[in-house]
Amino acid sequence: MTLVSAKIGQSVSRIDGFAKVTGQARYAAEPHPAGMLYGFIVNSPVVRGKIEAIRDEAARAVPGVVEIMTHLNRPHTALFEKSYVDGLGVPGSPYRPLHDGEIRFNGQPVAVVFAETFEAAREAAMLVEVDYERWPHNADFEAALHQKYMPEKPRSNYVPPKSRGNAAEAYALSPVKVEGHYHLAPEHHNPMEMHATTVIVEDDGTFTVWDKTQGPQAVQAYLTSALSLSKDQVRVRNPYVGGAFGSGLRAQHNVFLAALGAKMLKRSVRVSLTRQQMFTHVFRPEAIMDIALGATLDGTLQSMIVQGVTDTSRFEHNMENLVVWGLINYKCPNATADYKVAPRDTYTSSDMRAPGAATGVNLFEMAIDEMAYACTMDPLKFRLHNYSDVDAMHDMPLTSKALKEAMVQGADRFGWHDRPMAPKSMRDGKELVGWGMATGIWDAMFSPTSARATLTADGRLRIATAASDIGTGTYTILAQTASEAFGIPIEKIDIELGDSTLPECPTEGGSWTAASAGAAVWLACQSLREKLFKTLSKNGSTSAWLTEGLSNNTIVLKDGFLQSAEASETLKLSLPEAISLTGQEMLEVEETAKPGLRGTLNQMRKARFTHSAVFCEVRVDEDLGIIRVTRLVNAVAAGRIMNPKTAASQVRGAMVMATGMALHEESLMDERVGRFMNHNFSEYHIPAHADIPDMDVLFVEENDPEVSPLGVKGVGEIGMCGTAAAIANAIFHATGHRYRNLPIIPGS
Amino acid sequence: MRHFSYSRPETFENASHIPDHARYLAGGTNLIDLMKSDVERPEHVVDLNALPMSQIEERPAGGLRIGALVTNADTAAHPLVTERYPLLASAILAGASPQIRNRATNGGNLNQRTRCHYFYDPDMACNKRSPGTGCSAKGGRNRIMAILGTSDACIATFPSDMCVALAALNATVNLIGPEGERAVALRDYHRLPEDTPWQDNVLRKGEIVTSIDLPPISFGKNHTYLKVRDRLSFAFAIVSVAVGLQVENNTIRKASIAMGGVGTKPWCVPEAETLLEGKVPSPSLFRDVAECLLQGAVTDRDNAAKLKLAPRVIIRALLQAAAGTPQSQTYKSIS
Repeated sequence: MTLVSAKIGQSVSRIDGFAKVTGQARYAAEPHPAGMLYGFIVNSPVVRGKIEAIRDEAARAVPGVVEIMTHLNRPHTALFEKSYVDGLGVPGSPYRPLHDGEIRFNGQPVAVVFAETFEAAREAAMLVEVDYERWPHNADFEAALHQKYMPEKPRSNYVPPKSRGNAAEAYALSPVKVEGHYHLAPEHHNPMEMHATTVIVEDDGTFTVWDKTQGPQAVQAYLTSALSLSKDQVRVRNPYVGGAFGSGLRAQHNVFLAALGAKMLKRSVRVSLTRQQMFTHVFRPEAIMDIALGATLDGTLQSMIVQGVTDTSRFEHNMENLVVWGLINYKCPNATADYKVAPRDTYTSSDMRAPGAATGVNLFEMAIDEMAYACTMDPLKFRLHNYSDVDAMHDMPLTSKALKEAMVQGADRFGWHDRPMAPKSMRDGKELVGWGMATGIWDAMFSPTSARATLTADGRLRIATAASDIGTGTYTILAQTASEAFGIPIEKIDIELGDSTLPECPTEGGSWTAASAGAAVWLACQSLREKLFKTLSKNGSTSAWLTEGLSNNTIVLKDGFLQSAEASETLKLSLPEAISLTGQEMLEVEETAKPGLRGTLNQMRKARFTHSAVFCEVRVDEDLGIIRVTRLVNAVAAGRIMNPKTAASQVRGAMVMATGMALHEESLMDERVGRFMNHNFSEYHIPAHADIPDMDVLFVEENDPEVSPLGVKGVGEIGMCGTAAAIANAIFHATGHRYRNLPIIPGS
Repeated sequence: MRHFSYSRPETFENASHIPDHARYLAGGTNLIDLMKSDVERPEHVVDLNALPMSQIEERPAGGLRIGALVTNADTAAHPLVTERYPLLASAILAGASPQIRNRATNGGNLNQRTRCHYFYDPDMACNKRSPGTGCSAKGGRNRIMAILGTSDACIATFPSDMCVALAALNATVNLIGPEGERAVALRDYHRLPEDTPWQDNVLRKGEIVTSIDLPPISFGKNHTYLKVRDRLSFAFAIVSVAVGLQVENNTIRKASIAMGGVGTKPWCVPEAETLLEGKVPSPSLFRDVAECLLQGAVTDRDNAAKLKLAPRVIIRALLQAAAGTPQSQTYKSIS
């Protein structure tokens, strides 16, 4: 069989699939260095207060226990608080694990037991007794709302809402008004793989840290800074990540505690969290939005007033872009928005898949549906009628917006035109049937990224960048990119990711990896091919056709062979032959994809977003409150799609998560103790197979050379945005009831 | 999980003589989880899997005896069960997941513990787990907690689906212990919490469930197991109802009804069954039955929705049973 080059845009199955299903892919908790100790974290049952005493005699008596690390005996760490600031840049005072005896949130680590076996560490952890002085606290979101505020120094990625016209006056004058109070429950990321870190202490004393993270270089920077280590003392690896959804954006306490333990004991250690402990760190903030919309009788939006609040901790100001999406996406002459955060005594909430938009777009799109009905206008027509071709909040042109096409194509695929307008008008047996839709929007981001391309003597191409594949298919799309850019079959490519020593790549997240790392790999491969051709023409003693072709620029590299574009196909030179002709053992280049001056100016002049239109059918047993999602169609406009198979899988995965947001997921805070009580998969419900129908994902053509070098926008989050609203809107259409609290659960 | 010793006795005699702080292990789907969470802290684990309790057999006087070690999955798939007691098969299939049912046993199902959040979290006060510490489920996040049979000491729901059907079928639980064998009606097997919520059932020290007897009773097609939960599969009941009716000439001759998800034990009210007998099925009759079943219900902070939902589930289940259209556990739409 002849191996041929893959192309960007082909549906290629995951190249790491075999390694994953055969267990060869190694995750953070899987390396077993000799002499490794197991660490188990002891969590505080107290939400605020101070440690008075720690009694660990019984724990130390458990056979196999080596050390119990607390704030009293931990080794030296960085002196200054700012050394603990991680790459995500949440302003405030970062949480420093085991720094002192103060308790700031329920579940805070107060000790780590290190033992020869996991079982001994866990048993001993249960025997550590801690006395606390308890301080008053508030963990109730409703109560926290009384203390809402705008942080003085916002997060770096915060987009301040920008008002236009006079929204209050226009609202008062609007003949059609809707007003609603919307709420989203807090959610936990709950990736399949729990957070874990294995620190291998190498013979030279340096640390190789296997961590579950979305950014190995960010974790390396954090550890070296917080633990006062030099950069060459710490290497962070995360070649495989079992999902993260944002929980791996910040360095979590497990990695700090594992490295601290290794520093203290001078031995390799592992610290892994249990599922229950996964509820002691980041979560998607609880949110409320008050939305008031005004329109004329013909369904033209006149005013949008959006006020939103999300929770944060007492010590950091986590912020989301919650309230801006409707102002960006809809044409409306008068609009204003306000955003605040409400502090409560929990760990700091953090980015979870489509942070801000998953909440803000879905809740806003529920309000838009209410407005369409208030104007007795089909919800799709209403959206088309108030469509904006620009970023309406900044009055800025867009690089592209094929949302109209997405709405039309999605509606066709779904059969939307057969929909009766009146709610409660379709029935099948005992079930009410409803059809709802919503639109989605998410940033299309690009960050400077570097990649290295190496051609080795055996004719294989090695690609390296410090990107993380958190299960999204990054290995595969980068192999496709390299295959097309260099002209080599995918089987001859090795991709190295997830290692802090590799060329720089920003932390994976925000759907920017495909566009950014893809561009870097493309550039590196093109540059490597040029280098190969140049080197060959300089010192290649070679056959006439090749010498001639190289000087005429008629040589191409195709499917792993150099051949003349003009001469006979039988004249070919394999890559191993080519390398040997260069007289070198390998050829290597490193390139950085940057927006460049033109690109940077362009970024300032044009806004860039991914869009989608989601259509949903639900069946509701009105008496029993049982809701079944029976059809989901999502039409996505995301620029160039690198791999329809992995891209559709991304969108479907997010739609499953959004179904959970609409119907199931809710972390139940017991404000009396400040703890999320349903801290296991038995009672924190994510959708089961039975909850998910066949999902139809279609990609709308969108040719956008401006958005990123490869015209790629990214698809990791867009499936979250709009899907939950489409479900809620379908429930209204089925039942005639508006539910403004997500999730919508039986009995609500 | 704490250090423990382990034994695997091969005779009932040996299995019945156990030290203090011992726990019996069958499928382990509940006990092992609880040990990992430090909720159960047995010093000794007695593995029952070598005992001869793995048969499903017909009884001389009709009826069926189901071994305590038969898995939930094998029970639900057994031809004698699916033919004669489809209500039981249906309730089993409404619970857990295929993987858990493959592992979980019938005896274990009877003896499973509550899924109360506060019971599961050793940092929280719980009279069922740590007698005398108080009940933090009261006034807490208690949407899943019981509204019937509760006490000041405990509002934890008994979570089984299978036992709800067994209650409706008037099954009997066979026990063996240091003082010999005895049989207990399933309806009497589980205890109300009262002021000793740590005792889930009437088992005495060293007693083992050996089998469950199903009486020779047939409801034909007039039965159903209807379960409402927070997602369409793999969740414990918010409200569930098992019904069996014997209907002749459109008149209910005999009725059996039990509820899950709402009580501290499988919930049965004999007066509600009597109400149905001799009557022609009708929505108003079913409303009366629902009212009777829910008498004395007490709600707390988060679980008032159960009281709103329960009558509807009862009425729908009775309609399904009366119509002879039992609820499918495969197709999730409710008939």
